Amino acid sequence: MAEENLNCADQRCKDETLEICKKYEADRGHLMAILNEAQEKFGYLPKMAQITIADYLNLPLAEVYGVITFYSRFTTKPKGKYNISICLGTACFVKGSQQILDRAKARLGVEEGEMTPDGKFSIDTVRCVGACGLAPVFIINGEVYGRATVKQFDEVLDEYMKKD
Amino acid sequence: MTIEELESIRNSKRQELDLRVNSNAPGVERHILVCHGTGCTSSKSPQILEEFNRIIKERNIENVRVIMTGCFGLCSKGPIVIIRPDDTFYSQVTPADCEEIIEKHICNGETVDRLLCQDVDGTLVHRLDELNFYKKQKRIALQNCGVINPEDIDEYIAFDGYKALAKVLTEMSQDDVIKVVSDSGLRGRGGAGFPSGKKWEFVKAEEGDIKYIVCNADEGDPGAFMDRSILEGDPHGVLEAMAIAGYAVGACKGFIYVRAEYPIAVNRLEIAIKQAKERGLLGENIFGKGFNFDIEIRLGAGAFVCGEETALLESIEGKRGQPRLKPPFPAHSGLWGKPTLINNVETWANITKIILNGAEWYASIGTEGSKGTKVFALGGNVNNVGLVEVPMGTTLREIIYDIGGGIPNGRKFKAAQTGGPSGGCIPEQHLDTPIDYDSLKEIGSMMGSGGLIVMDDSKCMVNLARFYLEFTVDESCGKCTPCRIGTKRLLELLTKICNGLGKEGDIEDLEELANNVAAASVCGLGQTAPNPVLATLKYFREEYEEHIKEKKCRAKECKKLTQILINEEACKGCDLCKKACPVNAIIGEPGQKHKIDQSKCIKCRTCMATCPFKAIYDE
Repeated sequence: MAEENLNCADQRCKDETLEICKKYEADRGHLMAILNEAQEKFGYLPKMAQITIADYLNLPLAEVYGVITFYSRFTTKPKGKYNISICLGTACFVKGSQQILDRAKARLGVEEGEMTPDGKFSIDTVRCVGACGLAPVFIINGEVYGRATVKQFDEVLDEYMKKD
Repeated sequence: MTIEELESIRNSKRQELDLRVNSNAPGVERHILVCHGTGCTSSKSPQILEEFNRIIKERNIENVRVIMTGCFGLCSKGPIVIIRPDDTFYSQVTPADCEEIIEKHICNGETVDRLLCQDVDGTLVHRLDELNFYKKQKRIALQNCGVINPEDIDEYIAFDGYKALAKVLTEMSQDDVIKVVSDSGLRGRGGAGFPSGKKWEFVKAEEGDIKYIVCNADEGDPGAFMDRSILEGDPHGVLEAMAIAGYAVGACKGFIYVRAEYPIAVNRLEIAIKQAKERGLLGENIFGKGFNFDIEIRLGAGAFVCGEETALLESIEGKRGQPRLKPPFPAHSGLWGKPTLINNVETWANITKIILNGAEWYASIGTEGSKGTKVFALGGNVNNVGLVEVPMGTTLREIIYDIGGGIPNGRKFKAAQTGGPSGGCIPEQHLDTPIDYDSLKEIGSMMGSGGLIVMDDSKCMVNLARFYLEFTVDESCGKCTPCRIGTKRLLELLTKICNGLGKEGDIEDLEELANNVAAASVCGLGQTAPNPVLATLKYFREEYEEHIKEKKCRAKECKKLTQILINEEACKGCDLCKKACPVNAIIGEPGQKHKIDQSKCIKCRTCMATCPFKAIYDE
């Protein structure tokens, strides 16, 4: 890509992405690994990260974007400070996880994949985290809440509401 | 490492670990095994392990070791702690219980009765082998899970680890190995059930100096977690099997494609690969026999279709996971156009045992057409949720009632779902079918990867079909039209019916479209996507008809066809339901009769559970 003046945020994103890229050979086979690691770092895949990765692997940006949008784990939208994932795997579904999702959407006023305007919460759904023995489960920033009920979800959410 | 060195580690370590599998082992040492599978880890088992270690150190207790292990299988009772050699089984342990276990059990030799688990029939279970859950199981693929520490290669070696690889490299020709796998009758455990030996043979027969071995660990069926548990509990078993296959077909490089959603499994695999390399059990010139084999991990990113073998290959190459047209099959032209052998995790987990015990032994287990065992992830409305491994030919009734302990809350069995989004529902009249690849196909379902979800009579079969179609629509890669558009149209029809807007002729449309999608789609995903619709139509057609003609959902699950109502005569105006309602749908002053605002109600039934007068009902 031609040299250009980047603002601070973009420059930092570029530098940090490049740092991740350099752990891998510039080979297309490592694209998924790099994307996974970049998403871990930023919480999503900002445009600048996509451009940097495409550059590094010598791929058109469209190819990289195509791969990102194909896989449900990759997202180009930022997540809230507290991301609520509700499992919609079969075991959880059979045990009523849909009601928890409905409740989350009703209380936060956002849809799946969206973030509240203040950036505090976001909701997404996952297809089975493998904790089927605890079904239904929801996860907030990696913390798994099992054998969930709407009431318990409400209590947990209340706690998070009180946090900054 | 030489073979002699391997043997010496095995011999010394095996003796030390004898108490893990032998409840009469001599000696005073005790091992506290703490399950570190995903289920138990989610409910704080790492803290339990830490707490045990802290107490032991603080009190300076000798002859006790605390060990992390893979999954014990009975996930619904987690976190699980087992004490060997006594075989005491403690369930739902919390970090606060550790002190008491150490004090009573370890120091005074008494069991902590309150942490023992109750079997479904109410009996208190002291020892692992007393649990009905384990009685009909036969563990081959899961043999080491819950026995060894998956992060310690020496423990794997103690239980005959890498012995099969040593045997192959010293005593067997490439063709010998393939013959054993063929003769064993092992079929692919990923779902399709293709004979594994045949696959190996095809890849061996290909010319060319570069070939690849791939482990398919993209366990996408929601509700299935056997592959994950194998990788978490016994990662070396898979590595060793891949190396054996590498030798047999002439490949020196392997890839494990695993879901990034399984961080624990990925981490244990990384540790296992590192340890195997350090010991020279992977890498160059293994056992000094001139055989090289290396394994790399590749992460998936949440695409169900990547479980399809050619889509998986595309994904490893860093592309969108869209299936390729077959032929050519991966055995001929796979990863980067080279001959590639792909097997599923559970298939790999059987290989070392087949090599060590012989093809005849393996072929003696199971049914005529399906040999060995199958691991099922038993879930849904069943008492014992968890992982079970049973010989092929076990009936569904045995799995659900004897092992699974039946249906909870006094409800009735309605259907069992196998094969996930590609499978079908099995109703009560087929509960006594011995399960194998062929019998399941005959009754309109399929083995699939081994998800087995039990449903009680509160589940609506039309809504279930809708749920699965929603899944396939999400996961269809979009490459071929029948799948991309067909599944979408199927979902629209099903949604319409669930919302009470179905009309005469919809069922016939569903059937026609379902058959077309199955016939015309490119890959397994599309070909099997209509199965949930076809199977529910086959066995529960009257529910579809009720939805369409009477606008009625007998399971009271379809929201648009169900109302939650308050019986005014029974309502005492206590206001509890109003306080409990999460969406403020209940109106009425304290002391007055209450009412539910149907436009707000989300049918969560919290009020029904709360009402002390049982005045709230659904219809």
